[in-house]
Amino acid sequence: MNVRGIRAIYTFEMARTGRTLLQSIVSPVISTSLYFVVFGAAIGSRITEVAGVSYGSFIVPGLIMLMLLTQSVANASFGIFFPRFTGTIFEILSAPVSVWEIVIGYVGAAATKSVGLGLIILGTAALFVDLQIAHPLWMLVFLVLTAVSFSLFGFLIGIWADNFEKLQVVPLLVLTPLTFLGGTFYSIDMLPPFWRMVSLFNPVLYLVSGFRWSFYGLADVSVTLSLAMVLLFLALCLTAVGWIFRTGYRLKS
Amino acid sequence: MPAGRPPAISVSGLNKTFASGFRALHEIDLEVRPGEIFALLGPNGAGKTTLISIICGIVTATSGRVEVAGYDNVADFREARSRVGLVPQELTTEAFETVWATVRFSRGLFGKPPDPDHLERVLRDLALWEKRDHQIMTLSGGMKRRLLIAKALSHEPDVLFLDEPTAGVDVDLRQDMWEVVRGLRASGVTVILTTHYIEEAELMADRVGVINRGGLTLVEEKSALMRRLGAKQLILTLAEPIEELPEGLADKRLELAAEGWELVYTYGKEGEGKDIAVLLTELTEAGIRFTDLYTEQSSLEDIFVHLVRERQ
Ligand SMILES: Nc1ncnc2c1ncn2[C@@H]1O[C@H](COP(=O)(O)OP(=O)(O)OP(=O)(O)O)[C@@H](O)[C@H]1O
Ligand SMILES: [Mg+2]
Repeated sequence: MNVRGIRAIYTFEMARTGRTLLQSIVSPVISTSLYFVVFGAAIGSRITEVAGVSYGSFIVPGLIMLMLLTQSVANASFGIFFPRFTGTIFEILSAPVSVWEIVIGYVGAAATKSVGLGLIILGTAALFVDLQIAHPLWMLVFLVLTAVSFSLFGFLIGIWADNFEKLQVVPLLVLTPLTFLGGTFYSIDMLPPFWRMVSLFNPVLYLVSGFRWSFYGLADVSVTLSLAMVLLFLALCLTAVGWIFRTGYRLKS
Repeated sequence: MPAGRPPAISVSGLNKTFASGFRALHEIDLEVRPGEIFALLGPNGAGKTTLISIICGIVTATSGRVEVAGYDNVADFREARSRVGLVPQELTTEAFETVWATVRFSRGLFGKPPDPDHLERVLRDLALWEKRDHQIMTLSGGMKRRLLIAKALSHEPDVLFLDEPTAGVDVDLRQDMWEVVRGLRASGVTVILTTHYIEEAELMADRVGVINRGGLTLVEEKSALMRRLGAKQLILTLAEPIEELPEGLADKRLELAAEGWELVYTYGKEGEGKDIAVLLTELTEAGIRFTDLYTEQSSLEDIFVHLVRERQ
């Protein structure tokens, strides 16, 4: 295994984050704060509690998930798309690194960044509302697994996209609706039965639900099911990455 | 070649057909000896870059085998690739990284432990040491090209590919670059370069391969090839046509053309053949009068066409 090669890619990606620290951290923190003001304060004044938890506190896990998903996908997709776009990918393709070493480097860096961001948002949220974390270890498990899975997903998008529009389209048309309809800002118990059932087909619901359970012990669906869904998604992405590298899809002609 | 030492590069039965159906390479067989400088000549679109890309693992071959120092470039890709450095034709560099960061990255990517002394030497040899803390996007085109060479040398490869290394590099720097290449050869590195310029191949290479429309039309020692490529022609338009060359002038370098209206004298660059002044005197003495004369040097294009015809 070319550990030095992995480290080179990882450090390179982390250095890129370092250069754009302002966008990478400040903007998600600001948008989270805005969500708190809008959803927490405005709506929270009408919905005071959800199952015994204040509305402001209730939305924290969902918000973190929202940021985690969008940032993981954005970072990882850009990380691999950009060298393809500029042509610098030639060096990585000609280097003695295997497929999986490339993935570990890129996805590892993107996931590290999103986990860090998730923790920063958690810290920001603590300034606005009371937080309790019932199962801290599980919280970290969900945080890391989600960051890794969605960074992998982003990596796939970065390889599939052959222009900047495509790079934007999946996050915008698929991810945003799924996160907003995935119980980020509400419990699906608050929905009419039909929409409750539709929600059950939304994979993001399982992530948010499991993550929220690690905070307050509240869940829309069983925790085991949540965990299984995250692992299933991870497995799907890994399979797709394996296929891409076996066939050289979009990387080698 | 010393016994038991595998060729630096060995390509056999290599074919490449792109997804578009375009056949870019057919049945390429090539061996590059350890330590030599091999120049790959060929017109635009001949397949030089495609061949190099396949050897380096960037493009997949449709069929055939590539070995680097005896290691298969697919089955033993780590062994094969860690020995190879590639300087691509296009100026593909990062933008925001510094010179130093990017050469460090390249070395790490190829699995080598950090070695600041080596990197400093490489940057100094390529006149980039002063620029080490600059962002790549602030470098000029020629500097970027040298940076790509520095990146390729950062991991101490045994084989270096230079795809049109002198495009966009001024004369002085070109000299420096050749100096670096000579130094590499002296230290045992095999260098494979592509170029459109015959003079470049002439200056640097030990052997030359000519590739045309995806086929390797010839591989030859440089000296032998240059004799042919360097040929020039002096064409004399005669005042009146002649049937045959006068006795005493029947030199195989002299031919009649245009139904006896022209006399074509082919001479080498390296001073072989008669002095032109002597030839002209001899013609006048033989009573052959001419109304015009001009010289012609076959263009690269002509040479390729000629070579292809010759091989068929
Ligand atoms: N990805 C691709 N898909 C289809 N055709 C391609 C592809 N890449 C190259 N070709 C074609 O293959 C042929 C060989 O291209 P290549 O880049 O190897 O030429 P070259 O000898 O390096 O030319 P130049 O001197 O201009 O750099 C060209 O006709 C080119 O159009
Ligand atoms: Mg080329």
